[in-house]
Amino acid sequence: MSDILIRANNLSVHFPLRGLGFGERPVVRAVEGINIEIEKGSFFGLVGESGSGKTTLGRAMLKAAPITHGEVIYSDGEVQYSLADLQKDELKDYRTRAQLIFQDPYAALSPRMTVRDIIAEPLEVMKLTSSREETDARVREIAALCRLNLEHLRRFPHAFSGGQRQRISIARALVSGPRFIVADESVAALDVSIQADVLNLLNKIQRDSGITFLFISHDLSVIAHTCDFVAVMYLGQIVESAPTRKLFAETSHPYTKALLSAIPSLDPDVRGNAQKLEGEIPSPINPPPGCRFNTRCPHAQERCRSEIPEWRELSAGHHVACHFAEELS
Amino acid sequence: MTKPLISVENLTLSFKTDEGLVTAVNNVSFEIAPGEVLGLVGESGSGKSVTAKALMMLNAENSVYSDTSKITLNVDDRDHDVLSLRHPAEQKIVRGGAISMIFQEPMASFAPAITIGEQMVEQLMIHSEMTRTEARDVSVEMLTRVGIPEPAQRFGQYAFEFSGGMRQRAMIAMALSTRPRLLIADEPTTALDVTIQAQVLDLMKDLVEEFHMSILFITHDLGVIAQTADRVAVMYLGNLVETGTVRQVINSPAHPYTRGLLNSLPKLDDLEAPLTPVPGDIPSPLDRPSGCVFHTRCVESGDIAERCRTEIPITTIGADNHRVDCHLASKGKPA
Ligand SMILES: Nc1ncnc2c1ncn2[C@@H]1O[C@H](COP(=O)(O)OP(=O)(O)OP(=O)(O)O)[C@@H](O)[C@H]1O
Ligand SMILES: Nc1ncnc2c1ncn2[C@@H]1O[C@H](COP(=O)(O)OP(=O)(O)OP(=O)(O)O)[C@@H](O)[C@H]1O
Ligand code: SF4
Ligand code: SF4
Ligand SMILES: [Mg+2]
Ligand SMILES: [Mg+2]
Repeated sequence: MSDILIRANNLSVHFPLRGLGFGERPVVRAVEGINIEIEKGSFFGLVGESGSGKTTLGRAMLKAAPITHGEVIYSDGEVQYSLADLQKDELKDYRTRAQLIFQDPYAALSPRMTVRDIIAEPLEVMKLTSSREETDARVREIAALCRLNLEHLRRFPHAFSGGQRQRISIARALVSGPRFIVADESVAALDVSIQADVLNLLNKIQRDSGITFLFISHDLSVIAHTCDFVAVMYLGQIVESAPTRKLFAETSHPYTKALLSAIPSLDPDVRGNAQKLEGEIPSPINPPPGCRFNTRCPHAQERCRSEIPEWRELSAGHHVACHFAEELS
Repeated sequence: MTKPLISVENLTLSFKTDEGLVTAVNNVSFEIAPGEVLGLVGESGSGKSVTAKALMMLNAENSVYSDTSKITLNVDDRDHDVLSLRHPAEQKIVRGGAISMIFQEPMASFAPAITIGEQMVEQLMIHSEMTRTEARDVSVEMLTRVGIPEPAQRFGQYAFEFSGGMRQRAMIAMALSTRPRLLIADEPTTALDVTIQAQVLDLMKDLVEEFHMSILFITHDLGVIAQTADRVAVMYLGNLVETGTVRQVINSPAHPYTRGLLNSLPKLDDLEAPLTPVPGDIPSPLDRPSGCVFHTRCVESGDIAERCRTEIPITTIGADNHRVDCHLASKGKPA
């Protein structure tokens, strides 16, 4: 068994809604009872519908969202933390080990800071370097890794293209020497060429430095090309996870199948053959009983509306939550 | 031939900045017919959003339009010279009247302190004769159609309480609720998963049919373009380098940059194939290359490289108004 860097056990994250009337205050069950393990040094992909809780799960693993139930265990060989009850100084240390690359390269960078200052800020805030020279040396080293030159470091972010801004965000996330990075949708806003370039860069960083990535995206084709493992989320839960090749070859969950069939074809003469999911899109405030996918699943049976499908291992490393996974794969 | 709904001629647009005048759009011309979907693709920073915002006079204060620039909107057999609209009352026609826009930054387009529902209602009341109750019903109905669960409850929430994709869908609902003639959709489905994306694209296609609406569809997703657009325009560093029917551009691209974009797509039928980006970085708009704007990254210029560096390619026009700005095309290669 390889080492697990970070694992979630029965993790739930709930957000209270402002009171609407009587009785129990409604909550958004953004993440509900999730179990995952991310191997050290892997590139782990997370896909799923908008609002399914991907960002929330990623944030919980960075200790940036409240852990309502369950636990998240981080263990890199030097330290082991249970994120639900971190001491203040442990949290400070964890912030140097786990980093986020933002979803939106435009909102993330302060327009009033030079690129050098943006990249140096985490070092200064966390007091990781002891002199300006040391900070500058570290910034230059990371900038070069992300293909930013000295000229770039003096300028302000508005002067940069989307791809360059994305590389600035990556440099900022790398500068504190993290072991774990959550990259949230960080290629969605980019065009295909820059996307390919940034993905190649992240993959290279993973191979060279052994950093573990949780890579959040809507785009299964991007995930397919970059990630070692994939987990598919639906309405706050993981419905299927497997090593990438296996997930594509032995797709078992009806939602994963729908996702695959809906990837738009590049052939203008093959239009509209995406498998359409009928039915109400449920809300994480009032998730349907039984299998959460039952309101849209083309294979739903009576049993699916009452009985929650168990999260189980179909074959080595391939987990799924569907009553009929065997028949359907 | 029907008159185009909107025609853009020689649009050149610069920004005054501390570092000098930055040309964001350079001599761009295109038309969109009623009921037509034009896809606009191109590298980040190539000027797609700026071009789109020009149609609604929404560019920042520091923007400067060249004297040659002309944008004509034709609605109900009347021409409107968009760039000469000065007063807010006149500009209403391009701002939420005949044209509405789904912005790329969904957070920025909702006011943080007003509920999503209230903003939709206000928008509708400005652009129609609806009463508050009617506007409310239409808004909830549109939220339902874009797939927001429990729309009546979500109606009373604020933008920060929505996930990224839900904000995007709410914005689509808001833009469509006024039933515009031209919908400008700037990366409208980027944050959506593909099953919802398929629904939103269907909804947009329905509206094209139902109301003969036209769409300027900006996206980096060439699959989405292949599935929705009638024509495609490819932009690089403020220039349109290739325009044609969706089949011409996707199936037989004539410009080296278009070919580079298509090559960099991840292919699902071959997971082992490496991703191959267009080499190099897009130059800064502060120092636009001489000659062909793409020459610093072009892998096809070969023995005409010197000419590419010095001489601006003229537009070669082929069948179905397939337009290509490349010396290779003008040399007689199939365009
Ligand atoms: N701070 C918050 N307060 C209340 N609800 C929240 C908060 N943050 C997230 N939510 C809700 O939690 C659910 C999951 O949101 P999350 O942002 O994790 O989804 P996501 O999968 O990242 O979606 P997207 O792909 O659209 O970014 C959504 O219903 C969202 O409205
Ligand atoms: N207000 C402004 N002042 C100065 N420069 C600007 C301004 N607005 C846009 N620009 C510049 O104009 C150029 C074109 O930007 P635009 O936003 O149109 O790109 P885009 O093609 O939409 O890119 P993306 O795919 O990343 O959205 C960029 O170089 C940008 O920095
Ligand atoms: S458990 Fe039933 S409803 Fe859920 S995915 Fe499987 S078949 Fe569909
Ligand atoms: S004109 Fe020359 S540099 Fe420009 S795209 Fe054509 S071959 Fe390449
Ligand atoms: Mg998210
Ligand atoms: Mg843009």
